Amino acid sequence: MMTNNSFASRIFDHFNVILLSLLALLCLAPIWHTLALSFSSKSAAEAGMVFFWPVHFNFTSYTQIIEDQQFWRSFLISIIRVILGSSLNFLMTLLLAFPMSRTAKQLPFRNAVMYFLLFNMLFSPSMIPMYFTVKDLGLMDSIWALVLPSAVPIFNVMLLMNYFRNIPKEMEEAAMIDGAGPWYMMIRIFLPIAVPTVAVITLFSIVGHWNAFFDGLIYMNKVEHYPLQTYIQQLIVKIDPSKLTVEQLVKLQNVSAKTLNAAKIFISILPILILYPFLQKYFIHGIMLGSVKE
Amino acid sequence: MRERSNIKHYWMMLIPGLFLLFVFNTYPLFGSIIAFQNYNPFKGMLHSKWVGLENFEFMFRLPDSRQILWNTVYIACLKIIAGIVFSLTFAILLNELRLRFFKRSIQTLVYIPHFLSWVILSGILIDLFSLEGMANKVVQWFGFQPIQFLGSNRLFPFLLVGSDVWKEFGFGAIVYLAALAGINPGLYEAAAIDGANRFQRIRYITLPGIVPTIVLLVTLSLGNILNAGFDQIFNMYNPVVYESSDIIDTYVYRAGLVSQQYSLATAVGLMKSLISFFLIVISNMLAKKFANYRIF
Repeated sequence: MMTNNSFASRIFDHFNVILLSLLALLCLAPIWHTLALSFSSKSAAEAGMVFFWPVHFNFTSYTQIIEDQQFWRSFLISIIRVILGSSLNFLMTLLLAFPMSRTAKQLPFRNAVMYFLLFNMLFSPSMIPMYFTVKDLGLMDSIWALVLPSAVPIFNVMLLMNYFRNIPKEMEEAAMIDGAGPWYMMIRIFLPIAVPTVAVITLFSIVGHWNAFFDGLIYMNKVEHYPLQTYIQQLIVKIDPSKLTVEQLVKLQNVSAKTLNAAKIFISILPILILYPFLQKYFIHGIMLGSVKE
Repeated sequence: MRERSNIKHYWMMLIPGLFLLFVFNTYPLFGSIIAFQNYNPFKGMLHSKWVGLENFEFMFRLPDSRQILWNTVYIACLKIIAGIVFSLTFAILLNELRLRFFKRSIQTLVYIPHFLSWVILSGILIDLFSLEGMANKVVQWFGFQPIQFLGSNRLFPFLLVGSDVWKEFGFGAIVYLAALAGINPGLYEAAAIDGANRFQRIRYITLPGIVPTIVLLVTLSLGNILNAGFDQIFNMYNPVVYESSDIIDTYVYRAGLVSQQYSLATAVGLMKSLISFFLIVISNMLAKKFANYRIF
């Protein structure tokens, strides 16, 4: 960048640094506030005395969470969901993108399949028919209801397909001469070249599965089957008493204190925060690949 | 001969995905025909009574329908405009920073909210903006009466838009930053030699340089005008502010799954899908025309 040391320019620089720092802090503030809340005493939290530093520092909320079986059950369900769901997303993206990156000559009916994919990308079913489909298939209260409906991310398929199509033909021919079949070619030649793109897609799919709450809410009848976000949603946003037993309701009311919720929120953010550095490294590159084509 | 056997393998790869798509996308799409029925889940799709366009007529006669459509479009438009303005301003300001390390750190922090779910964020926001929340502590500190942010039909939509901008402005800036990185640095040097100051360089080089990206994002956002953000509103709203924040998706949820008016809710959802489809096609055409960009 050019240097220009006029007075106005320097004033602008200082102003800019301050403004952007404030913005960055503003993005962190609510999360920081929640963390402070989770380490504060109940009375201080209820009285609204906690801002950005814990008042009467203690670990009570966290020791209480250890005893909350539902929290850990939901945590486990979310982890299983993420592993299962994103592996499935990855597999489906690869398995569709590779054959679709062939020419119409190599794969007859390629265009018909393409129209099918486009059709399904442009039209997605609305909530009610979707609900009945899952119900009729007998998937209610099963982890499959959370991973199967979104198993094929068509947009990602298109992204990877375009990436594959730009791989030089010579590479493919060389592999063919060496005797590589389609499966070998897909896994050993094409996939390694596409690792950056696949990494971004998969990381986003992990975050998506971790953050999803709505399917858990409608497809799970029993609270024991809620993934973490659905459990937290019920806890802090609104509790639907019709779905809870009296015992669970009493339990929820006893524990739904501010500090405890803050601690649960924080624990549920933690995996994302741990994953974040890896995300950060890849996504800027990956999004630029996907969004700006020049 | 070789190609022949390859075809078989290609289809083996394709079939699981196509099958899943058919079961969980195409088939339920056809399930939308219950919009033309008086659907009874006990009788099923085949035996429910056909009522033609009755559900659609009922939908248009609903006193709330105009309000819901207005809310959807209004909130979505505000979010799109505010999102673009803030992301763009942020990207330009960030681009003017000279310290690489500082630039990196700020980027890292502002992206974080994008990766948190609306469940988590609404939990935090509702706490912050409640009557006893931190926001009102600040308001009172300045000597004003506490404000009902969450229960005011006048303020709530702005809270929705504001928090959405807060969550996404950093992430939205990535595309602009990419475009800014593509501007020829020689232009800046030439301008500096010609005596252009910082603001003139932003005005005459940076801004024109990213106009194509802005045009592209504006046209593409047209396809999203009926998506005002279900996850956010569903988690943040309450019955007091239904009037100003009930959107098509939240209405479909309440009418369909809560009140069990399956056919009506499906009719509303179907209407939304159709309009959205046309909007997406139009936005794609416009993007192709003005920005030479194709999604499909």
